[in-house]
Parts: sequence; C-alpha cells; structure tokens
Amino acid sequence: MAPAFCAICKTQRALIRRPKNHQKLCKSCFIQIFEDEVHHTITSSQLFSPGERIAIGASGGKDSTVLASVLKTLNEKHKYGVDLVLLSIDEGIKGYRDDSLETVKRNALQYEMPLKIVGYDELYGWTMDQVVETIGKKGNCTYCGVFRRQALDRGAKMLGIKHVVTGHNADDVAETILMNLLRGDLARLSRSTSIVTGSNASEVKRSKPLKYAYEKEIVLYAHHKKLDYFTTECIYSPEAFRGSARSLIKNLERVRPSAILDVVRSGEDMARLVPGQTPDACGCRIKEATVPKAVEEDSVGGCGSANGRAGGGEMAVMEKELRQNEAAEAEGLETEIPVGKMHQSKRESKQLDTPAKPGNVSLPIIPKQKLGTCERCGYMSSQKLCQACMLLEGLNKNRPEISI
Amino acid sequence: MNNDAEQMTTEGTPKETPGVAQEVPKIELVVEFSGGLEMLFSDQRRHSLSMPATDQDGKPVTIASLIDHLCRHTMRDQRTELFVLDGHLRPGILVLINDADWELEGEEAYEVQSGDNILFVSTLHGG
Ligand SMILES: [Zn+2]
Ligand SMILES: [Zn+2]
Repeated sequence: MAPAFCAICKTQRALIRRPKNHQKLCKSCFIQIFEDEVHHTITSSQLFSPGERIAIGASGGKDSTVLASVLKTLNEKHKYGVDLVLLSIDEGIKGYRDDSLETVKRNALQYEMPLKIVGYDELYGWTMDQVVETIGKKGNCTYCGVFRRQALDRGAKMLGIKHVVTGHNADDVAETILMNLLRGDLARLSRSTSIVTGSNASEVKRSKPLKYAYEKEIVLYAHHKKLDYFTTECIYSPEAFRGSARSLIKNLERVRPSAILDVVRSGEDMARLVPGQTPDACGCRIKEATVPKAVEEDSVGGCGSANGRAGGGEMAVMEKELRQNEAAEAEGLETEIPVGKMHQSKRESKQLDTPAKPGNVSLPIIPKQKLGTCERCGYMSSQKLCQACMLLEGLNKNRPEISI
Repeated sequence: MNNDAEQMTTEGTPKETPGVAQEVPKIELVVEFSGGLEMLFSDQRRHSLSMPATDQDGKPVTIASLIDHLCRHTMRDQRTELFVLDGHLRPGILVLINDADWELEGEEAYEVQSGDNILFVSTLHGG
C-alpha cells in the first residue's frame, strides 16, 4: 500500500486517521489540529478567565496527562493568563498509586506546575483499602468514584482554587450518556452532557476541556508527543454496567467512528428537553439544532467514500455546537440550578409545560433535580445528605470501633 | 523463538517436507504493548520476534496471523479475551504499524515486513 500524504500539509506521510472525519494527517499537523480544537472548545465555551487559578485533576493517566500538556501549551501560546496547578488524589489503595503518583510528580517537573496530593484518609477518615475490608470488593468503585469527585473539590478548596478541570473525553461523556439513558435518569444525563458543572452558587466549578476529544486521539497525542503517562486500572473490579456501556461504545466506534460524537450530541439535545435543566437556552437551541442535524444525516452515511463531505459536515456540526455552548454560557446557563429558580423557569417554558406546583411529584425527574447542599458537609446534593456522606454513614455503622 | 517458529509451521496442516520447511525465510520484527496490554505479555513492553515469513498455507504473514501468533506463543496470560474478541482484535485497542495507524495500512490484512515495528495500545484503561 502506497503511503498516504497528509491532507493538510500534503508533504509529510500521514500517520493518523481521524475517527470523526477520516481525515489523514501527519504527526505535526495532527498535534496542531488537536490543540487547536481544544483551544476552540475553551474559548467558545469561555471556560477560563485571565488570572484564574485552575486545578487539573491529575491521575498520571493518559487523559489528565494530555490535558496538563495541552493546557500548558495553550496557556503559553494563547496567553490565557491562567495559573495551572496539578491536583492528585490518593485513594489509599496499597501499591496502586505508587507508580501513578510518581508519574504525576514527574509531570509536575516536566510542566513546571505545583502539585497537591490529597488522601482519602484526610478527607473521609477512610482509605479505599479500609472500605474494601469493610464492604468487600463488590460495588466499591461506587465509593471510589463518589469520594474521588468530592476529593477534587475539597482539595481545590484547600488550595483556595475555584475551578477544577478534568480529563473526561468524548468517549467518557458518551458512555455516561448511554448509562443514564439506559437507567432512565434523564436529569443526570442532562448534567453529564454539560461542559461545565457546578452552578455559580457552588464553591467549585468543574469543566471538561477534552469533552469533544476522542479517546483514540488522546492516546495518539500522548504517543506522538511522547508524553510520560502511566497506565492505571482500578485493581478492584470495575463497575459491570459501566464496562458494558464502554464496550458498546467501542463496538459502535468500530463500525461507525462518528458514533461517539453523535451520542454526545444526542445527549446534549436530550438535555435540552429535560424540564428546568437549561431554561434559558431551551427554545432557541432546539430551533438551531435542526439545521446541523440534516447536514449530518447527509454526510455521515458511508465510510471511506464520503470522506471529504463527512469531514465538512462534522466540523460544521461541531462548530455549531460549540457556538451554541458559547451562547448558552453567555446567557448565564447553569447546569445545576437551585430549586426555586427551576420551578420559575418551568413556568416560563410553554413547550415543556407541566403543572408547576412546587413539590409536584408526578414527574419522576423533579425530585432528583432539586439541587441543594448536603446537611452534613455542604457539598452540592439533591438529597439531605450527599452521596459521600451517605456512603460514609453506612461505612461508619459497619466500622468495628468508631474513630473520631 | 525456534520453538515458536516450528509450532507456527506445523499447526493445523500436515507438515511440509523438512527440506521445504527449512527454507522458509524468517522475518524479524519488534512488537510493543502499552496502555495496560503489557500485563498480558509478561509485563514486558518490547518483544523482538522472529517468525516465518509465511503462514502454514504459504501466505505472507499479516497482522491477523501475527495476532494469532502472539496469542499462541507470546501471551503468558490466560485472559486472551482482553486482546482478541470474536476472532478479531478487541475494539478499543489501537495498532500502530511503524508509527502509522493500521487503518491507513489495511488493518488486519497488512502484510508484515521484516524490520517492522508493531505497537498495540489499549485505550481502555485509566484516565
Ligand atoms: Zn501535515
Ligand atoms: Zn455531604
């Protein structure tokens, strides 16, 4: 097979075939376009503001390492003027973090970023090993996940930082959308599609600058830039349901690579239909969305044959989506909003009209949406106690001797 | 490696005449595993292989037959399903042939050349 040349520079040998549009690129053009697209996501969603301190949730794995590398590059190139810090969580699994924390320490030197490591023991009074001793291996990824989410926020708070970025990629988002769809949890589906979570009211905002980046491209970026990352897998069995969603996504990608971004877009579209979730953007975004939909239908059909067209269509859809995000951001879109405001916006919405009495429980979504704060720790929560505090309560009941 | 080569030529089909079998040229290649796949292959990233340039049917070695060879002879782990599913490479594993995406090279049908570097990367683990 004769080597293909890069579709952009036309001089170098193509080494990458982009999953979303089949474009063939050389190494340097790929690295360039990957960074440009992340930059586009950041600027069009107005993720950062000058002078902002930002903690990068760093695991030493590929996603967060690529995120740290790209953000350093973009911050210097485009003068974001943000102050980047690496924030790592030590779950307290013996031996599990040793190598990945060493990787993060090297990353801190390589990227000249300060590093903060926070342990589950100091945050929760429990290491993951102790959790597993108490509850067994089954279902402990739930604990790990819930604790980890809060750990980043709490760690950020300790550093006086109000913004945490994570390495979640398009595959992760698609996977979460599918899981929530299959669970019938549209409220959570809606939240999971958002590039920014945490309302203006909450103390720490979280965002996903790699939300539109394919996992495959992240791996290739890390490979071609020779980034120093560590392959970690939670040694405790992964949640079976998530594993199934993941396999489904990977199988879909095999036959139709655009499926991943398609699921992300579908999730975003569905999110707009969830009452109260994106109140301001609702009407206009639905109208806008019909246009790129048609384009997309046209262009993504075939595999190799429709290369050029698929490319254009995909990009147009992306651009559109990104612009919509920008518009939504500008309008002060909140993904997780206080109860009162939610009911108000429901009343305003003609299309999604339902009896808007507060406390009406005929819509199963409503109770789950009420986002207040945890009675015990003050973390954002839909229930009286946040997930972490609920899990901790259960754990502490099972602990032989209660420690203070 | 000699063992591997012998098994490779004798598997499945009747043995060819010794004279012919000895003349089968070998190819040398480097196979690498990363992204967590190392653990299926003795926790070793880099493997130098020498194998017959043709398979038992006399056809040139392709990525498909290389994958088969790796499962039979190089993998030390029982969990082959982490590498191969339904007779094909598990979705989510990338293959780079001399640093190029195998999708640019014909995927499983690519005919392996002596001196090639074949990298298998799992995208499935860790973030
Ligand atoms: Zn190029
Ligand atoms: Zn709490």
